[in-house]
Formats: sequence, structure tokens, C-alpha cells
Amino acid sequence: MISRQFLITAVFMGIIAVLLSVLFRIQLGWPGESFEILNAVLGDRWAPGGVMNQNAYLALVTIHGTIMVFFVLTGGLSGTFSNLLIPLQIGARDMASGFLNMLSYWFFFVSSVIMIASLFIETGAASGGWTVYPPLSALPQAMPGSGMGMTMWLLSMVLFVVSSLLGGLNYIVTIVNLRTKGLKMTRLPLTIWAFLVTAILGVLSFPVLVSAVVLLLMDRGMGTAFYLSNIFIDGEALDVTGGSPILYQHLFWFLGHPEVYIVLLPALGISSEIIATNSRKPIFGYKAMIGSILAIGFLSFIVWGHHMFLTGMSPWLGGLFVITTLLIAIPSAVKAFNYITTLWKGNIRYTPAMLFSIGLVSTFVSGGLTGIILADSALDINVHDTYFVVAHFHIVMGMSAIFGMMAGVYHWFPKMFGKMMNTKLGYVHFWITFICGYGVFFPMHFVGLAGAPRRYYDYSNFEFLNVALDLNPLISVFAIVGAIAQVLFLYNFFYSIFRGQAAVQNPWKSNTLEWTTPVEHIHGNWPGDLPVVHRWPYDYSNPQHETDFVPQTVPLGSDEKDH
Amino acid sequence: MFSLLVLITIVLGVVAAVQLSKVYQLAAKLRNHREEDISLADNKMNAWFMLIWMIVFFAAVIYFYIAYGDFLPVSASAHGNDIDMLFTVNIVVITTVFFLVHILLFYFSWKYYYRDDRKAFFFPHSTKLEMVWTVIPSLVLAFIIIFGLRIWNDITDVVASENPVQVEVYSKQFDWTIRYPGADKELGFSNYNLISGTNPLGIASDDLIIKKIAELDEEIQSIETKLKKEGNFLPSSQVEALEDKIYRLQRHKLRINDVSMSREASSGVFSAGQDDKLVKGELHLPIGREVEFIFNSRDVIHSAYMPHFRAQMNCVPGIPTRFKMTPTITTDSMRTIVDNPEFDYILLCNKVCGASHNNMAVKVIIESEDEYQEWLDGQKTFSESLGGESEEIEESEEISLEPVAKK
Repeated sequence: MISRQFLITAVFMGIIAVLLSVLFRIQLGWPGESFEILNAVLGDRWAPGGVMNQNAYLALVTIHGTIMVFFVLTGGLSGTFSNLLIPLQIGARDMASGFLNMLSYWFFFVSSVIMIASLFIETGAASGGWTVYPPLSALPQAMPGSGMGMTMWLLSMVLFVVSSLLGGLNYIVTIVNLRTKGLKMTRLPLTIWAFLVTAILGVLSFPVLVSAVVLLLMDRGMGTAFYLSNIFIDGEALDVTGGSPILYQHLFWFLGHPEVYIVLLPALGISSEIIATNSRKPIFGYKAMIGSILAIGFLSFIVWGHHMFLTGMSPWLGGLFVITTLLIAIPSAVKAFNYITTLWKGNIRYTPAMLFSIGLVSTFVSGGLTGIILADSALDINVHDTYFVVAHFHIVMGMSAIFGMMAGVYHWFPKMFGKMMNTKLGYVHFWITFICGYGVFFPMHFVGLAGAPRRYYDYSNFEFLNVALDLNPLISVFAIVGAIAQVLFLYNFFYSIFRGQAAVQNPWKSNTLEWTTPVEHIHGNWPGDLPVVHRWPYDYSNPQHETDFVPQTVPLGSDEKDH
Repeated sequence: MFSLLVLITIVLGVVAAVQLSKVYQLAAKLRNHREEDISLADNKMNAWFMLIWMIVFFAAVIYFYIAYGDFLPVSASAHGNDIDMLFTVNIVVITTVFFLVHILLFYFSWKYYYRDDRKAFFFPHSTKLEMVWTVIPSLVLAFIIIFGLRIWNDITDVVASENPVQVEVYSKQFDWTIRYPGADKELGFSNYNLISGTNPLGIASDDLIIKKIAELDEEIQSIETKLKKEGNFLPSSQVEALEDKIYRLQRHKLRINDVSMSREASSGVFSAGQDDKLVKGELHLPIGREVEFIFNSRDVIHSAYMPHFRAQMNCVPGIPTRFKMTPTITTDSMRTIVDNPEFDYILLCNKVCGASHNNMAVKVIIESEDEYQEWLDGQKTFSESLGGESEEIEESEEISLEPVAKK
């Protein structure tokens, strides 16, 4: 199944991205100290004498960000769970187009290969940060990472977007057209709502990234100047002029901000499902949850300028972006409180998936709140591009979204592989990851508030940044321990695929349709007729029923109303 | 050595955990235990972990607020105080919400763990409650938005003060050049096409244009000679590269021609640059006067970040950007405040710009008006730095005693 291909590719990419982060955390924690391991991994060229050089550092940071945002959290998260859950939860035999689906995976695969290959070329991988702002990324004279590595980055990105678009169109068409009998839009599980809005966001915003990337490729290789103006570099005035580097930022963030929600919404959808199932309670405010998903999706398109308050953009326009950005906090707050109310008076079963979902709510709130500071343009002046930003988006994306993905893996593992993962190892994995995650990213806020810019190779030259020097070793230790804890997950994951306990049909006593399919994968998902849906998916602990769950296929009783 | 020991401990820990899990799995098989059946003990354990974690987490958060809360010293600029106040208000709001939400989250997680003998409360929705947490956040956000935008508008207001200090902050990989206007209180016209070793900002003048064109001609000449002499022995790719270079240099000449025929040239703005003062390594500013920064970059995007003044603005090639602020504390006073005789304000690059991004900083010195004027008078003008060939030097010397403006 394609979801398994996506998941395993994403796990592999995730391992690489985490390893890269461990390498640069070593440099940040103990700057200038020699580590055999750096030399062993990076070689003499990038880490002579066991100390990585500045170009290597920037390349690691850049590729870590790129892989995590695009390959793990976009391709990995949406690709895995949309492909798995959309047909199963809407009662369809398959996705609308199996062929497009296959293409979307193989484009993703090729794009991953190119991205990884770019780490091994002579001038090094792209190093201008994951946003690759021109002119830095447009001019090979500006840094070695803007050479061949940058071209590969851009090509990989184009293929990635193709994959994402093929997948997205397919998801939308499938959800709109192939729902089984009785499955009204208002009876869809929130996972499907989240995947639908995610796919729409992707289809509308990813093409803009392609245009940004293509223009950048032309600036690099064809003598155009979309992003270049008045540049004197390498002892020579650049031959072309008249463009605007800010144009790129507009195009990039027009994708870049919806992208944050492309990453986050599936995670929120997954956790809605898991929290309801394991609290044995209906998700609180089902319609409000759908409303907030739609509101977040819409607002995410008109907030991109908050990444650009300090580019010289008109302050009036900046003010407008402040308003739209802070508005997003309202549907987010609704979601957070709805999760908490779902837990209230529940009967909470602590599966590893449930732990990760609760972790998601915690980090979603923590990370969301610091977003209020960053969205305020006046405050952004002082924290823009500092570690405060790094802390903020890692708590949201590096913890919240990843926790959603982990929760999904633990929860739907029986569906994907017909086996169970080990629960106890899952507990250990969650608690170490949760504690280390906060251990890494919470102190970072204070490093940022002390004025430490991000993407600095070394902070020891600046006396006023002593805070950063104090906290960096601590952060690095947490990062390394957290990374090692993922070995537990990998072991559990791969061991369980082959030797795990055989799964039963509906291990979590869940209501949704995927648990009515047989454990063994069969073509067309259901052996006989497609299931018919009679109710919403959240009839947990309904007082009108004996059991604490009522699958969607159970007809409404004569005295029962639709939810 | 220490880190190695830590690493070994961790690796052994992982191995131990994996082995334990194997033992556990074997035992589970014997007991006929299924993974999806979460025992009461497990539910209870995780519930208690939630509560314990809440306490540990809160303790850590409070510790960090106390130990690292006063991240930067008092703000050294007028608008910085407003930002700090706004920041404090925002932090109070979000910290309150943070504690409130987490108390609910972890308390519920602890209290309502699974027991066979109870059933969850069927509570699908409540319009009243949902209204509460739509309306209250909206009101709080409205307050935050209005408060924030008022301060933002004040900071970015374009009304100039009476007697501002004009400064151009010019960035390139990997240093800063500071340009002050000379006696004419005007920053002269500059253009990237005129940049040369002695003219780092490309300040224009008729002489400099002639000189730059001569320089380019000389370069073209030398390449042509080289091609003529060794052209037949060079690999074709190199010949092509050289021919390409000649083409580019000729286009460069054409662009300079455009500059010399521009509006600025005919209106005489060219001469304004000759008495400008170019400084590297230090940014001096007087206390109490509004500073109007103009930021420029010659190569990639940089960002001028002055954390102590709560000031930052990107430097974008081709698009001059602006920021204004009024310093309120001199370097000397700040040294007393932070009790550190070595203290210096700083301007850092905060937009990744290449390998030495982290080494791109310049000291900022805030001093009294007199000290500032004295320092500025001691700096060479641009034409002086060129070797005193131009006639403007004498002019500028005559009026170099700028009247000191004090209210």
C-alpha cells in the first residue's frame, strides 16, 4: 500500500534529518571543541580535526529544515495518513485514481533521492536556510552551498510539489465523490475533514512555490533578474538588475504559511480521532471543530506577510497582517478547549497514541501562545529571526505535528501492518520524547529573548549572549537523548512489523469504518458490499447504548436522533 | 571524555530497555496478554505521570522565568520602552493562559483515567461553552491587536523630527560601513556600478565616473591583450569566459553612462557625497536625538539587528529600507547599569548571509552630543580618504564646525 511506502520513506528521511540536527547541536553545545564523530561523519572537508566548519553547519541546518518540513511532515504525514485513511474511513474501494496515487509516491521518492544526494556533492548542499532567500541562493559566488547543491534543492522541490499536487487532487476528488451511502459531510470523521482542507491548501499554494522556484532557477542559470537588483559581488557589478528579492519572499511565504497548516491540520485531525476514541467520549463540539478547521484553512492564506514585517514592507500592510494573523488564534483556541473538554469526565485509556495526542494538545497550546508574541509586529522587531522563533515553530511543528504523526502510527499500525506495536516501549518512547522535546525547545525561548540570532555557527564571540552559552549545552544534551530515544521507536516499529502480536479487527473499539475491514489487506477493502453509514463517528459512551462504542454502521434506533 | 561516558550510558540504557521489552513480550505471551488491553495499573501510572509531569514542568517554567527572565538589559531607546511594556503585557496574558490550559489538561488527564466500572459522560456539545471560548479569546486578542498596532504605528511613523541624525548603514559580506552626511547634511548619491576598492559604497562624482570608466577600459584592454597573445593556446572554455567577461565589462560601462546622464547628475547631487564620512567598525550616535537609519546592501540580504535598542531592519540589495529610533542611554551609563565596564552595544547581522554570517557585527557607541560631534569632526571625509585630489576638501573644512543643535 502506498501509505506504507510513504511512511517508511518518511521514517528514513526523518532519521537523516534528526542525525543532521544532532551534528549541529554538537557544534552549538560545545563550539569549537573537537569531536571524533563529526570528523567520522562529515570527513576532513567539512569537519577538519573534528570541528565542523561554517559552511557545513549552514548546510546541515538548511537540509534539516527542508527534510523535516517537506519530506517528513508534508509528504510523510499527509502522504501516509491520507492514503491510508481516506478510502478506509469513507468506505471507498480505493482512491479515485490509483495511477495518480502511484505517481505521487514515485515523484516523492525521486525528489527525496535528489535531496539526499545533494548532501554528497563537492560544493555541499544548499546552505541558505530552508527558505533559501535570494540573492544568497541565486548567486553561486555568495557561498559554496549556492552552487550545484542549490540547483539540486530546487529540482527536488519541483518534483516534490508535483508529488504533492497529484496526491492532493486525488484526495479531494476521492473525499468529494467516493463517500459510501449515508456518509454525509457532517458524518465524516475529523481526520477526513482535516485531510480535505489540507489537500485544498496544498493544491492552492504549492503551485506558487513552483513559480518561485522556477524564477529562481532562471535567475541562476538563464541570466534573468527576477530577484536580483543593484548587486556588486565578487569584485564585479552583476550584469543583470531590476528585480526584487522581496518578490521571492512573497511567493515563498504564500506557500510557506499555508504550509504550516498543511503540516499541522492532519496532526490535529488524527489527534481528534484518537482523543475521542480513547476518552470513550464524543469529540466535543464536532461542528465547531469542522468550523475551526475551515477558518484556519482560510485565514492561513492571508497571513504570509507576518514573516516579512522587517523587509521594508509598508508598515500599514504589516498592520493588516498582524490582524489576520492574530485572528487565527481564535479557531486555534476553540480547538484546544474542545480537546480539553473531550477529556473532561472521560474514561481515558492510555494507549501510546493517546499519550502522544495529549502531548500534541500541550505543545499546540505552548507553541501557539508564543505565536501571539511573534504575530505582533512591534514585538517582532526584537525577536524576528532569533531563537525565539526557532523555539516557537519547533514546539508547533517539531513537537505538535510530529506527535500527531507518532500518535497516528501507534494508532493505525494494526491497520497498516496487521500487527500490534509494543505498548510498554511506546510509553517509554513517549515520556522521553515529551520531556526531551520541552527540554530542547523551552529554554530556546530565553536564548532568543537574550538576542541570539538563529543560524549562527558560534555565539561565543558575544558577551551579551552568555545566556545562550549557558543554555546551549543543556539543550544539546536533551536533543541527543531525545534523538537516541527514537531508537526505541524504530526498534518497536520494525520489530513489530515482522514479529509483533497479530492484530484483531477493531483493537481500540473504535467507531469508524476502517475497523470494519478484515485485518488482512484485500483488494477493494471490504469483502462483500460496501458498508452503509447510519450515524456520526463519535457515539462513544452514548447512554442509549449498552456498549461504550457504536460503530457508524449500526442503524439509528427508533428513539435515537442523528447527532 | 565526560560526553563519551554520557553517550555510553545512554546507549546501554537503550539496550537495557530493548532487552527488558523482550522479556516483557515473552511474559506477555505466557500470560496471554494483548497489547491493546491497557491494564488498570498502566492507566493509573500514566495518569500519575501526567500530574507529576505537570508539577515538574511548571517548576521548570517558573525557574526559567526567574533565572533567565531579564534576558536583555533595560532598553536603550525611546520606542524600546514601549516595546518592553507591550512585551510584558503579552507575556502576562500568554503565561496566564499557559498555566490555566495546562492545569486543566493535565488535571483531567490524571483524574479521568480508565476504570471498568464507570462510563464516560456523553457530552457532544454545548453552545454556551463554545461561545465562551470563542468570545473571550476574541476580546483578549482585540486588546492585544489594538495595543500592539498603536505602538507599531508610533514606531514606524514617518513624521521626521526637527533635527535628526542621518546615518546610512551599508552591508556587504561580511562587514558594515557606516556613512554620515558631511557639512551639507545630505547623503550623496551612490550607485553600485561605481563601487571600487577605494569607493566601497559607489559614491558618485564626475571624477569618480571618469575614473571608474578608465578602470574598466583598462581591464578590457588587458583581457584583450591576453586573448591576443595567448588566445590560441588557451582552452576554448577559458577563451569564452574571457570574451564573456569583456562583454559584461562593456555593459557595465554602458550602465555607468546611464548614471552620468541621470537626473541626479544634472541636478548636482553628485557633489553632496564628497564630504560624507565613511566609518568602519564603529557606529557612533548621540544621545537624545532621533536617528534616521537608511539601510542598504550591496550583495545579499542582511539584517541590521540592535537588540539593546529593540531595533531591527533588513538590508535589501536594490531597495533602501528605513528605521528610526532615539537612543536614551549612553554607553557609559549602560556600563554602570549592567555593572560591567567592558559592556558595549552591538549591531549584528540577523539574516543568514553566508559562511561568516556569525562574524558580522559592529560596536555601537552612544555618547553625548559634544563627544559625538568631536568624534565626527575627527573622521576623514570621503574625498579626503581618496587622497585629497578633489577640490571639495577645502570647502568642507571651512564649514566643518557644524552648529551644535541643543534644545
